[in-house]
Amino acid sequence: MNRPTRWTTFAAPSRFFGLAAALNPWLWALAVALTLAGLYVGFFVAPTDATQSEAYRIIFIHVPAAWMSMLLYLAMAFWAGLGWALNARMASTLARAIAPTGALFTFIALWTGAFWGKPTWGTWWAWDARMTSELILLFLYLGYIALVTSIDDMVRGDKAGALLAIVGAVNVPIIYFSVRWWNTLHQGATISLTAAPKMAQTMLLAMLLMTFAFWAYAFAVVFTRAQALALERERDADWVRELAQTSRELP
Amino acid sequence: MGTVFLAVYLRDLRLALRRRVEALLPVVFFVVAISLFPLGVGPEPQILRQMAAGIVWVSALLATMLSVTSLYASDHADGSLEQMILSGHPGSVIAGAKAAAHWTVTGAPLVLAAPLLGLLLDMSPQALAALLASLLLGTPILSLLGGMGAALTLGLRSAGVLLILLIVPLSIPALIFGAGAVSAAEAGLSTAGHFSLLGALLIMTTLCAPIATSFALRIALE
Repeated sequence: MNRPTRWTTFAAPSRFFGLAAALNPWLWALAVALTLAGLYVGFFVAPTDATQSEAYRIIFIHVPAAWMSMLLYLAMAFWAGLGWALNARMASTLARAIAPTGALFTFIALWTGAFWGKPTWGTWWAWDARMTSELILLFLYLGYIALVTSIDDMVRGDKAGALLAIVGAVNVPIIYFSVRWWNTLHQGATISLTAAPKMAQTMLLAMLLMTFAFWAYAFAVVFTRAQALALERERDADWVRELAQTSRELP
Repeated sequence: MGTVFLAVYLRDLRLALRRRVEALLPVVFFVVAISLFPLGVGPEPQILRQMAAGIVWVSALLATMLSVTSLYASDHADGSLEQMILSGHPGSVIAGAKAAAHWTVTGAPLVLAAPLLGLLLDMSPQALAALLASLLLGTPILSLLGGMGAALTLGLRSAGVLLILLIVPLSIPALIFGAGAVSAAEAGLSTAGHFSLLGALLIMTTLCAPIATSFALRIALE
């Protein structure tokens, strides 16, 4: 097993599985530790906001989730495209594994946004440009998931999903700007997040901790899901059979 | 290239002519869907006038998405689609011709019917003109995007609903600028910006969507 490590090494499902298995406990531990630290700093250490009092604290979940939702879409399109271009099925599997987590973060961003909007703006939902484009991002994720799961042939599903993800990624800026212009045409920007007062140091720390926590969680859960998908896909391969054998021999 | 385009385009038109009632269904759906709105929101002309642009545009979008599902389905079922792709002619030209035929058969009737329906919704003459122009620029975008969706969902069990889920987010910019142009005309504002953006979207979609569609067809037929 001492083959040299190249950039394609972990494209082999068996070796990716080994890598994920080795990294996963650390990633999960890191995710839990960072979340606890981030929530502690966010809820107990960070000062109360002058204008929004305690309600602002949801920012520590809301903003990192929104960042992750957008980043994960790009990551998904990247891996799906790579898998399509190079016929690398592990890359396509990774894209499939990213999609539900991306959709989850999009949903969390929308949901916490609603919770934050009610006490501060007095409404659960406003057709603000960012909120609307986040909602459309959720539709894009759902479309990708629906397409790849409704195609029975795995290879066709990977490729069709890749095409859709790439077209979606190209369209995201167009959608964002059209929604922004649409919004400014209908009503002036009454609500601006950027006008919020400058952040205290501890608030920034909590935000960074939560961002890294979400990163670690995303890696951990995506690797875990990719492991499961790889096992399912490669169920007829020798390494999966060997794995099943060894796990059966264990007490 | 031109001859291939023309051959596929005329073939689809001829096929549509043989199934005239089927070809008219989208426009019937369009009329029925629009006449549901006054029943739902109430007959006050003030409200209807305000909502007219959105109602007509959303109905046109849905009519296109519902009809585009069958764009490749019957050709796929009888094997002619496979022959077209294997013929060695560029798939993007074939996809472009199919989308153009779809627009001629379903998009153009929607554009022609829209001003009449606009009158039902109490639209002003300048708004009607803007509606006609915006649909003329916008419905080809919908046909092109819908063709891509039809190719992606070719032969799948729930192709119809899936196609709507896939393509509606991508067609939101067209909806925004199309309906926006009408609202601007109604308010007496300049519509130039909306039409420029809609035209830009049409050019971009015309250049990119047939290529993406030919990739999708290749994926589906592999």
